[in-house]
Amino acid sequence: MKKKYRNPIGVKKYTGLLLIMPFLAGFLLFTVYPFVSSFILGMTDYNGIGNPRITGADNYIYMLTDSGFLKAAGVTLKYTAVLVPLKLIFSLMTALVLNMQIRGMGVYRTIFFIPSILGSNLAVVIMWQFLFTSDGLANQLLEAIGLSPVSWYGDTAAAMGIIILLRLWEFGSTMIIFLNALRDIPKEYYEAAKVDGCGQIMGFFSITLPLLKNVIFLNLVLQVIAAMQEFSAPYMVTGGGPLKSTYTLGMLIYDEMFSYHNMGYANALSWVMFVLIALVVGVMMKLTGRWREDV
Amino acid sequence: MKKTITYALLTLCAVIMIYPMLWLVGASFKSNDEIFSTIWFLPESFDFSIYKRAWETVTDYSMGHYFVNTFAVIIPKTLFAVTSSVLTAYGFARFDFPLKKLFYALFMGTMFMPAIVTIMPMYLMWSRLGVLDTYIPLTIPALFAAEGSFVFMLIQFFRGVPREFDEAARIDGCNSMQILVHILVPCIHPVIVSICVFTFLWTMNDFLTPLIMISSVEKYPLSLILRLSADSTGNGYEQCKILAMSVIGLIPSIAVFGLAQKKFLSGITAGGLSG
Repeated sequence: MKKKYRNPIGVKKYTGLLLIMPFLAGFLLFTVYPFVSSFILGMTDYNGIGNPRITGADNYIYMLTDSGFLKAAGVTLKYTAVLVPLKLIFSLMTALVLNMQIRGMGVYRTIFFIPSILGSNLAVVIMWQFLFTSDGLANQLLEAIGLSPVSWYGDTAAAMGIIILLRLWEFGSTMIIFLNALRDIPKEYYEAAKVDGCGQIMGFFSITLPLLKNVIFLNLVLQVIAAMQEFSAPYMVTGGGPLKSTYTLGMLIYDEMFSYHNMGYANALSWVMFVLIALVVGVMMKLTGRWREDV
Repeated sequence: MKKTITYALLTLCAVIMIYPMLWLVGASFKSNDEIFSTIWFLPESFDFSIYKRAWETVTDYSMGHYFVNTFAVIIPKTLFAVTSSVLTAYGFARFDFPLKKLFYALFMGTMFMPAIVTIMPMYLMWSRLGVLDTYIPLTIPALFAAEGSFVFMLIQFFRGVPREFDEAARIDGCNSMQILVHILVPCIHPVIVSICVFTFLWTMNDFLTPLIMISSVEKYPLSLILRLSADSTGNGYEQCKILAMSVIGLIPSIAVFGLAQKKFLSGITAGGLSG
């Protein structure tokens, strides 16, 4: 049986296909091609010069014993596991406050949003590096409230803290997504619940959270993907140190590719990174129930 | 009373959020000693000559040169991104065609594609084509609706425009392209503004792509010249110069965000964009 296409009269069934050509061509050029070529290169010892030699799974076997890779993978997972939940909770709490109907809220929204717009600008990353030097603003503040200064770049946990604080500070985009979802929840729900004797806290858990399920998941996925790829903050602020405690997978791939010219290995690492991200997202999907968007 | 507490808390948080930026501007006027001795952001005196020196950068070229470079990337990229995203979104939102479900699923998949996975092979591809160290690798991908979130946001807004508009125009003799240009685009222009603003800000912020693709100092965009300056200024150097350069580098982003702020905060409603 011939399939019927629901188009206006006079529109051919290929018109839509023609319109999405930019996407289809881009998909082949910038997704499929890099994917396939990265997979193939990952099985060679290509070093940028000369012909690559096929080495099969050697790169992947080496990876399992490569302490540099294992350490970077651990750092990346730890960073993601700490940053993402903190950022989501913080964004949701702020969104709840900013969702209140009081005058001047727009100004606060804008201010809270600004760091997420400018935060990944290199200028701000450089500024962040200054804030945490031994006599920088962060330590001056600590001393002002009577605490002892921290050697931010000398201590492994503190160095990770700098990067996490920077990304946490940029919570605005996550918050805006929550804020828009909160606005879509009809007020009648809360009024009805109030009549039934439901307090604010119970209302949050039995009305707000369940209705935000999809948005929470969307934010979770976006943030996990962004966190697992972290490159520019550790690259610029801590340089991966001290003792490689902030040396992420993104930095490792970059170094293998451009500093050591191990292009075969770098591509194999990219693939592992992709599988790792897909696994984390897959597990989250499994745990939270499928998230999908209908056409 | 409760209101007062809310305002006080919100203001405190807002000050904490914005203080690093104020500090940055203030510190750009301070001497090394002053930067590291006081928490208060206002400098003892304003000496604008530091900005003159910062404008000269640490290379042979001035900040003006790097602004021109950055805009040479941003302007074509924005045009490309808007055109390709609008066409793709129009196709998905208004037409039925073979394999639509499959293509839509693929499209949604690309939105969650980690960029770092594809950037290495892309680098090798551009290198084989001999276009490294030109702006082609930075701009051409935008021609292919590379930013999925833009398309996604546009699809949402296209759906918000009643199909009756299209039908009426079609009866009046408009073809599919005329409907898009004369009916739909005017209806959704706030989203197009958002796309321009996002392309602008993200390109200003992008660091990894130019770092990999551009190698000559002459062709650096702003982000790379800031890195170069930060790296080449050791201890004892005037810290305020790199801070002043950072402030200069941030001005275009702040200006664009300020101008578009109202439209922008409402335009991102449907897309779920992240910065």
